[in-house]
Amino acid sequence: MNYLRQVAAIAGKDLRSELRTKEALNASLSFAVVILLLFSFVVDPDSEMLEQMSGGLLWMVFAFSGTLILNRGFAREIPNDCLDALIASPIPGSALFLGKAIANFALIAIIEAICFPVFGILYNLNWTQQLPVLLGVSALATWSMATLGTMFGALTVNMQLRELMLPMLIYPMLIPALMAAMQLTTLLIAGQPIDAEHAIWLRVLIAFDIIFTSLAAVLVETVLVG
Amino acid sequence: MRDKLIYGAGIFAALYFVRNLYVILLQLPDEALQGAVYRIFFFHLPPYFAAVACFFGAAIASGLYLKTKQWKYDVFAVSATEVGLALAAMNLVTGMIWGRQQWGIWWTWDARLTSALITWLIYLGYLMLREGIKDPSERAKNSAVLSIFALFAVYFTYKANVWYRTQHPGPVLTIRTGDAGTIDPAMQAMIYHNLGAFLLLTVALVAVRMNLEDSQRAVESLRRRAHAIA
Repeated sequence: MNYLRQVAAIAGKDLRSELRTKEALNASLSFAVVILLLFSFVVDPDSEMLEQMSGGLLWMVFAFSGTLILNRGFAREIPNDCLDALIASPIPGSALFLGKAIANFALIAIIEAICFPVFGILYNLNWTQQLPVLLGVSALATWSMATLGTMFGALTVNMQLRELMLPMLIYPMLIPALMAAMQLTTLLIAGQPIDAEHAIWLRVLIAFDIIFTSLAAVLVETVLVG
Repeated sequence: MRDKLIYGAGIFAALYFVRNLYVILLQLPDEALQGAVYRIFFFHLPPYFAAVACFFGAAIASGLYLKTKQWKYDVFAVSATEVGLALAAMNLVTGMIWGRQQWGIWWTWDARLTSALITWLIYLGYLMLREGIKDPSERAKNSAVLSIFALFAVYFTYKANVWYRTQHPGPVLTIRTGDAGTIDPAMQAMIYHNLGAFLLLTVALVAVRMNLEDSQRAVESLRRRAHAIA
């Protein structure tokens, strides 16, 4: 119980400071809209092909704009040596990690919640036909981004080239989860249910989340404290 | 001790390669369907296995480093990863040459090829991460954690042509397929022989790289002492 309160305290702190300044959120959101706009030049926006590419396009947008948020996760604690204070505070490293991951998850989810309707309007797609399942898939994939991004954010926080290194490291690691999310999202936006052939992607996504969340929760203490 | 290992393993590997090349080029017949080009396979699978051995060793050494904080484990981890990266590059390049001959294309985006390339990029990221961190103990700690994460990509590559239907050929060795008869015993034996040669070469290269890392560290600490005095 105490542990959950600690996690909630960290997540609440991060969300509060982000929602008050909206530093990363504004940047990330405008970046996402710009990329969404650019995609209209990649494929003919009125063609059938767009629907077949919709999952890929959307998750590219989320992956690109998500790293802007993930980069801020630990970098926010650098001024005034806040990171040292957090590490010295009487909470376990895994609670710090989970709290930050939850805050990152919520922030990326905000971006997605805005991008989905914008995408639907701009490209004339009826994307809500399988809404509950789509939300579930998005949540799983967003969690994989949040957990890996938070972990690797902790790894790169003291580097000079942080903003460059984080995407360099997380995109290759994220590929299984992103691939699964792209396949499933395309299917769901087209209005089809997840059939047996595509169920493997759902399993990839769930396995990815379980493996990397537990691995990160175990290792984050050594990364932060040493 | 390490120098003896370098010369011993190096010389033995060289002799082994000469013997293997003699058998591969002059004694083994052409493959029934592919003709002469199948011979590149002896330089495709064995380096991949040697690379996997390197990445495995690096992950184990990384775990030991996190537990004990002894430098020798970090030295081994970075050396093994670099050698593994070179061997994995050899695996990719020989595979592409074979693909050009057999499929008519250098590259195709199937699960095995893609995941092998991703794994390569992840370990490249490992080396970039090391470049970017100045403090030696932080560098060792953070790269050790990344090495453990990266091992999952290696496993995914290994299983990719079982989990997905891929253009990349399925397993050929009898320990993977289970029944004898799909592969010629002499050719299978040759795969193991060349794997032996590659593993010896790997041992020699990792030892050379560990020497380099040790010298680099000695220079770094001398420089730090000079700064402290001046």
